[in-house]
Amino acid sequence: MSTLLEVSGVSVSFDGFRAINNLSFRIGEAEMRAVIGPNGAGKTTFMDIVTGKTKPDEGRILWGEKSQSLLRMNEAKIAQAGIGRKFQKPTVFEDQTVEENLLLALKNPRGWWRVLGYRPDDRDMERVGELAAEIGLADELSRKSGELSHGQKQWLEIGMLLAQEPRLLLVDEPAAGMTPAEREHTTDILVRAAETRAVVVVEHDMEFVRRLNCKVTVLHEGSVLAEGSLDHVTANKDVIDVYLGR
Amino acid sequence: MQNSFVARNPSVLIFLSLLALFTLVVTVLSEGFGIGVISTSFVKTLGKTLCLCLIAVAMDLIWGFAGILSLGHFAFFGLGGYMIGMWLMYERTRLIVVESLSQAEIPPTAAEVSDAIGNQIFGVVGSSEFPLIWVFADSLFLQLALVVLVPGLLALVFGWLAFRSRVTGVYLSILTQAMTLALALYLFQNDSGLRGNNGLSGLQNLPGVTASQDQVSVWFLWGSALALGSGYALAAWIVSGKFGSAIRGIRDNEARVRFLGYSVEAYKLTVFTLTACIAGMAGALYYPQAGIINPAEIAPIASIYLAVWVAIGGRGRLYGAVIGAAFVSLLSTWFTGGQAPDIPLGFYTIKWVDWWLVLLGLSFVLVTLFAPKGIGGLIELLTERRALDRHGADMGPDAGSLREKEASQ
Repeated sequence: MSTLLEVSGVSVSFDGFRAINNLSFRIGEAEMRAVIGPNGAGKTTFMDIVTGKTKPDEGRILWGEKSQSLLRMNEAKIAQAGIGRKFQKPTVFEDQTVEENLLLALKNPRGWWRVLGYRPDDRDMERVGELAAEIGLADELSRKSGELSHGQKQWLEIGMLLAQEPRLLLVDEPAAGMTPAEREHTTDILVRAAETRAVVVVEHDMEFVRRLNCKVTVLHEGSVLAEGSLDHVTANKDVIDVYLGR
Repeated sequence: MQNSFVARNPSVLIFLSLLALFTLVVTVLSEGFGIGVISTSFVKTLGKTLCLCLIAVAMDLIWGFAGILSLGHFAFFGLGGYMIGMWLMYERTRLIVVESLSQAEIPPTAAEVSDAIGNQIFGVVGSSEFPLIWVFADSLFLQLALVVLVPGLLALVFGWLAFRSRVTGVYLSILTQAMTLALALYLFQNDSGLRGNNGLSGLQNLPGVTASQDQVSVWFLWGSALALGSGYALAAWIVSGKFGSAIRGIRDNEARVRFLGYSVEAYKLTVFTLTACIAGMAGALYYPQAGIINPAEIAPIASIYLAVWVAIGGRGRLYGAVIGAAFVSLLSTWFTGGQAPDIPLGFYTIKWVDWWLVLLGLSFVLVTLFAPKGIGGLIELLTERRALDRHGADMGPDAGSLREKEASQ
């Protein structure tokens, strides 16, 4: 399988604290990966680095067939290149309707001039309808997203992520604050997404990770502690010591 | 497309109709074209107020929609005024000079005319040379272009530097204050080329126009109303589509918009520059009605007033900005013009000329704390009342036996 994203030897420190320490990570074209680790293991910082929010002190990050370096690109360029990100706390535009949120995320030209003259065509509205159906918000299209429940906001954000049609999805704790039924639905959406693209899920909840049924990377103190199937890593002595044993 | 835009934004049509009606009524009541109930000076005040409404629309676009609290937009307003003022002053002086020199026995040379104009304009600052920035002053067309280009270019350069370094929030507001203060201080100097603290004057006299001020004031009222109407429609069109959605997103969560792949800096720069151009045009219409422009007009406080108008009117609603600017600036004229009756308290007499600012400041604080939607929020309250909202209301005999939630299913 060809590599989509390759992170190698990346380190970053904040005020002398090494948040990420010589981290290496790679993921293929259509692959699901769960990243787990105790608090402060550097999971979110890892996402910040890949999406361009944080610049690493050293190391390289290569993207796609052309092995483009992401280090010289800003957040918007990286997102345009095909990396989508979902935040831990659901961040949707609460003042705008579900439809406006989805239209904003929909894969279309992002330049201000093109956006100024943009009016949604039938194809776009159809796509918005499909996405809304997939995330269970088909009846809520004209509602302000601020009125949605917590779980619905999470889904809307996942929907916005899918609307971007990214090649790599970075998802930070998608199931936080969801009911069991909602979690199951979320799993379905993610598993289906991973059939055509790479998905990286950061999660605390082991049950959720088990249901994703994918390769797991364990982070600890800013570097990779173990990698493999969930059963493999949970049997690992180091992992038990730092994470599961507690 | 145009139809659907109007259909989706009925407030634009309502606003334009009200504006047209207002202009018509003032015209009919004016001294220049009507029955003369409204004095010419008040027509000018109303025309100026329309210009202030236009810059308030620009302010609402940048602050209410894009979330950038710029406290420097009056710098752009003033620059627009200076640009048109240069032509007005040059041309009028030239006509007078040519007239007086034509009395001489030998026809004057071009250099003599130019020297005489320079002497007339720059005599007050002890100079008679034309500074370099007056090079286009003889061309109305070029100066009109500069009305838009100079503020636009300044905003482009300033905005590019500020947004690229990701200066946001209160730091950006302070930077914009610094910009307008620096510009004002520069213009106060006699060698700035714009007559220092004397500013440009006599702008109400249009060169080559023999009509009286009674009529000119109404012309400017029409021009200002036209500009406000077009500016309002443009702003409404901009915020109605995906661009509006993007800048409101930037206001609420800049990082999220960035991770969606939008270049936030480019969007901010676009809005900043566009609103600066609108402000420049508003200024170019305002100062010929005011008659004089000097550097005090672009002091930092002016831009702060602008933010106060928009806050009191209700930011994030274009009509709110217009209402706020019109209401507060007209009220301000009334209070500071000595028309408001003093209130004797026995031991102290409240003179509104002094106390108006206290009242304004107090209402600003109160609006911010208790009515963040401003006056525009009242309109929203009225229109939403009319919509069906049955929460907690009697649902009638049939549905009344059901709980509200069940009844809606």
